[in-house]
Amino acid sequence: MTATMAEIGPYLALILVGFLPNEVWRVLGLVLVRGLDEDSQLVVWVRAVATAMLAAVLAQLVLSSSGALAAIPVVVRVGAIGAGLLAFVVLRRSVFAGVLVGEIALLAGATLWGP
Amino acid sequence: MSETSSQRAPGSGFFDGLRAALKSIFFYVLLGHYSGIGALSYEFGFDPVWMVLCTLLIWAAPAQVIVISTLGTVTLIEVAVAVTLSSVRLLPMVAALLPMLQREGTRQRELVLPMHLTAISVWAEGMRLLPGVPKHERIGYYNGLGVGLLSAATLASAVGFYLAARLPPLFAAGLLFLTPMSLLMSSVRNTRTLVDGLAFGLGVVVGPVIAAQKIGLDLMWTGLIAGTAAYAVHRIREATT
Repeated sequence: MTATMAEIGPYLALILVGFLPNEVWRVLGLVLVRGLDEDSQLVVWVRAVATAMLAAVLAQLVLSSSGALAAIPVVVRVGAIGAGLLAFVVLRRSVFAGVLVGEIALLAGATLWGP
Repeated sequence: MSETSSQRAPGSGFFDGLRAALKSIFFYVLLGHYSGIGALSYEFGFDPVWMVLCTLLIWAAPAQVIVISTLGTVTLIEVAVAVTLSSVRLLPMVAALLPMLQREGTRQRELVLPMHLTAISVWAEGMRLLPGVPKHERIGYYNGLGVGLLSAATLASAVGFYLAARLPPLFAAGLLFLTPMSLLMSSVRNTRTLVDGLAFGLGVVVGPVIAAQKIGLDLMWTGLIAGTAAYAVHRIREATT
């Protein structure tokens, strides 16, 4: 129970605790829905659950970031998302324009108020 | 596309999907985001072959960040638990996708590759584009889309590994920021039905609230609560109109 990577090596560790615990959910999804119709009410509900989870992942990536992004204040991160979204709406719903403006806002904000 | 579907060569769905991947904003977003993850694996002392395998086998950015940043410091069982909890979303994603791909006579093994290729980016683009693809070409199309996007990520994770030493921290942060931002905007753009829009909006709000309670399994609870609430609104509206 207290085994670490040093004992089994990085490749076996990748398979056992990276690949398998991740892939199990995909396999379960495949096994559970065999034969279901795409318009069935169960599938509409499952899609809503998946969409809500995706939205939550996104919120987590912005609010509790890890790595290099964590060094940038959360206010700057949220503000950059807001700026990007505003540009997206104003500039004819262009994802490219929105991402570009958001990135510029993040870098500008981090330079002004960052560590 | 001027030719009709009956005249098209087998496998043309795959190449259409590959082309769709190249045109997708996610192709470029993944290039950026995965260079950031590649740089992270350099910082934690893994080798580039390991990093490429990590992307090909796991193909889920949150789980990969967990594996890379914790494998050297905590026990294996803790890493496995964290990865398991971070990847619950793949179940409903695969479950919502497959009914769009399968038709009568589709064999289980034809669905194994689409299943493995399903990640947030591929799924979001697939759900947007598949309704416009003839049903018998959808598996090939989705495989092309997935292989295209996974290739971008794999390439970038190797490049990021080599760039890592030269990447200023602010630039690295900018790369990691690409994914949440482009996900947000493409989700807003792709939302066509009330139930999906509501589920997305509720998920953004409910997610952080539940995460702050620190009860564990917060993604699963968010999905069940926000998704079911959105579905309930949809049912009530359908019943009253």
